[in-house]
Amino acid sequence: MPHDKTVLRGVRPYGEDPVDIVVAAGVIAEIATAGSGAGRVIEASGLIALPGFVDIHTHLREPGREDAETVETGSRAAALGGFTAVFAMANTSPVADTAGVVEQVWHLGKATGLVDVFPVGAVTIGLGGEQLAELGAMATSAAQVRMFSDDGKCVHDAAIMRRALEYVKAFDGVIAQHAQEPRLTVDAQMNEGVLSGQLGLTGWPGVAEESIIARDVLLAEHVDSRLHVCHVSTAGSVEVVKWAKSRGIKVTAEVTPHHLLLTEDLVASYDPVYKVNPPLRTSTDVTALRAALAEGTIDAIATDHAPHPHEDKDCEWAAAAFGMLGLQTAFSIAVLTMIDSGLLDWRALADRMSVRPARIGRALGHGHDLKVGAPANICVVDPRASWVVEPATFASKSRNSPYAGMTLPGKIIHVLKAGKPTVEGGDLAC
Amino acid sequence: MRHLLSAGDLDVVSACLILDTAAQLASVTDRTVKKFPTLRGRTVVNLFFEDSTRTRISFEIAAKRLSADVINFAAKGSSVSKGESLKDTALTLEAMGADAVVIRHGSSGAPHRLATAGWIQGSVVNAGDGTHEHPTQALLDAFTIRHHLRDGMGDLAGVRVAIVGDILHSRVARSNVLLLRTLGAHVTVVAPPTLLPYGVSQWPCAVSYDLDEVLPHVDAVMMLRVQSERMHAAYFPSVNEYSRRYGLDIRRMGLLPPHAIVLHPGPMNRGMEISADVADGERAVMVEQVANGVSIRMAVLYLLLGGITDDGKKEI
Amino acid sequence: MDSARSVVLDAGDIGRAIRRIAHEVVERNKGAADLILLGIPTRGVFLARRIAAAIESIEGDTVSVGALDVTLYRDDLRLRPARALEPTAIPTGGIDDKVVVLIDDVLFSGRTVRSALDALNDIGRPRAVQLAALVDRGHRELPIRADYVGKNLPTALAEQVRVRLVEYDDFDEVTIEGGAR
Repeated sequence: MPHDKTVLRGVRPYGEDPVDIVVAAGVIAEIATAGSGAGRVIEASGLIALPGFVDIHTHLREPGREDAETVETGSRAAALGGFTAVFAMANTSPVADTAGVVEQVWHLGKATGLVDVFPVGAVTIGLGGEQLAELGAMATSAAQVRMFSDDGKCVHDAAIMRRALEYVKAFDGVIAQHAQEPRLTVDAQMNEGVLSGQLGLTGWPGVAEESIIARDVLLAEHVDSRLHVCHVSTAGSVEVVKWAKSRGIKVTAEVTPHHLLLTEDLVASYDPVYKVNPPLRTSTDVTALRAALAEGTIDAIATDHAPHPHEDKDCEWAAAAFGMLGLQTAFSIAVLTMIDSGLLDWRALADRMSVRPARIGRALGHGHDLKVGAPANICVVDPRASWVVEPATFASKSRNSPYAGMTLPGKIIHVLKAGKPTVEGGDLAC
Repeated sequence: MRHLLSAGDLDVVSACLILDTAAQLASVTDRTVKKFPTLRGRTVVNLFFEDSTRTRISFEIAAKRLSADVINFAAKGSSVSKGESLKDTALTLEAMGADAVVIRHGSSGAPHRLATAGWIQGSVVNAGDGTHEHPTQALLDAFTIRHHLRDGMGDLAGVRVAIVGDILHSRVARSNVLLLRTLGAHVTVVAPPTLLPYGVSQWPCAVSYDLDEVLPHVDAVMMLRVQSERMHAAYFPSVNEYSRRYGLDIRRMGLLPPHAIVLHPGPMNRGMEISADVADGERAVMVEQVANGVSIRMAVLYLLLGGITDDGKKEI
Repeated sequence: MDSARSVVLDAGDIGRAIRRIAHEVVERNKGAADLILLGIPTRGVFLARRIAAAIESIEGDTVSVGALDVTLYRDDLRLRPARALEPTAIPTGGIDDKVVVLIDDVLFSGRTVRSALDALNDIGRPRAVQLAALVDRGHRELPIRADYVGKNLPTALAEQVRVRLVEYDDFDEVTIEGGAR
């Protein structure tokens, strides 16, 4: 006999005391004494419940590069990574710069149904940086686009950036900037520093990121609009964002899991699995990024999940594509870098992986605290489990994970999206 | 030694072994039969993704003088842009049984990748990769300097060398700084600040922007080729200004100690980084550098292929 | 099991053997004209110099001496890591139409001499090639024999014959080491 109620039995919300979370009709119906809830029981004693994660920076590659990822495979990877919502970046082929393309992606997400897929619209036509895309049409389309980004490319023209920031105010949008001054990063391959000089790889200086962020926060202040900074990677960028926030500028920022853990030293292997944009930086930067995420200067962890087929990484460094997988490892890297180090507690981690990213992207129905009446987007994790990363077993179509072979802490056990299990016992629920 | 990828991989003992071996092999040039049977039956592939007739011929002569079979594989102009062709080419060479691959590639780290990606079993010799390294050039430069300033023996302890020009883009400079330092020499790199890499202050060498100040205190000066396209990327204002500030002309030759020699990895831009009368002068050793290049490459191929491989596998 | 070393030739014996070889070389070649002594590194070179000096004291003429490194001609290169090369020094004028006497410290399998003959072949065309060894310990693997021998020394394969010369080892001595005697 089917139950209309699901009970997460004995689960510890945010790692606190065990309770039964009773879910019905897609919302949290009751938070009851452990063992008392009635309905279809999912055993969760010892496990921690968090609001379902929201990734505001994912590359699902569809349409155009279905050999690397599709909305379906990316959705599976996202669900297994504890996410209930992802924002699909616009640098597809064709570019998501029209209502038609964003609606296509949105429909594909609906059809898969494992996570809510929120398409990101391009800021400029074809990511060309010259002419605004039809931002309003995308905002009013079925996809209800609120986040716009030319990610992969920087909106480098100050006048275009200003207009974009102004224009999206009409529908509460946000411009997510890939901060990279193009003239300072021609042919750039890795962080500019002593190591890039030794390895003979063209440097990608931190100032190319920091100068754009500095310009953009001033523009955002001037036009009083919302700016989001993608994948902040340097200690200097943190300082700029901190300063901007102290002035009350409406700026938010994200950091990727890999920038919280990995450093440029790995590039000395010339293994393109470590090639990413922005590049891996120094341990000083890693420390600053972790501290900024802990204190809230950086608002969110976002994966920048960037699938690439094998042949685009199995080559010499300069010829390889930029990017790393992130969806299925993001939570574990967050545990490793932020929880195990004591920088964040579970409630704060939920804030950075769910609450704030949902708010930045205006992801309706996501990022709510675990309380009665909230949408039942819930992720249940085992903080004590550890696992060995084997990219061959990933749900993603691609294998370009920099963590292959590493033993990581923390496992995703169950995920509910709108009350329905998408992951049970660590596997996709059918 | 399994591969030669970076001059930085050589310690003073192995570097001197290469130089000493090259010194013995240099005698072959005086003989009627300019050949040893040492690498008979071995196959050396010259895999050149960039044009460099000089380097390619030098390796080719070196391999042939050791009786190796030589295959020249010029991959330039094929569909290299996709990058995967390095792997496919490597797999092809492996299938053909290449014992050593001498690779010239425009991408820094390509030889490293070839040696470590598991595509091939043979030895890899870096014949210049991007703006990274060119270890055999550094070895032949060290050999030439040793010949003139240390009677062709031992290390280069105390020798003072200036490397002048486009340090930023020069693989020759990187390899020379590492190798000369290992051999005990004191190196000063001299260039306009725009042509010095970020972080050069951490390199094992001194840094100067002023050539006139450096010249009186060196035993050897190595002039690097400056490509005029650098001017268009605003690394310096004009060819004339560069030449005035960093070119080696007769006036500057007068600043050098009388025993000092002038090196250039070639090809030279006469009138740019070096004036014609200096290039043709008696203290210029460029022709010797070319001859020494063959001996050095023979030594490297012999030491890589002339014994059992490092994994202990006996090959008959 | 006795692994002790036993001295086969002392300094006096070595000196006498060298003088005898010198006499035999002069006798066989009817003088020292057109003669080139080529030592095989390392110790063969010092032996060559000593034999040359002995010949000079007999004949009064100077004798050409050189060194011939055979490493690049060896047939066992791939059985061991690549070896450092020793100097090769061919006297001015070359070896064409000369009588070359190859000189090695120990004659064993004959493979070194085979390598030396190949090396000579690439350098020139001598009128004749002769071979001198301070010790012939037997166990030939190739059809090679010495023209001049300091001492014939029957050995077991497991034994090691070691030649020490004052120029390199601070004293003159030939010993047999290892094996069960």
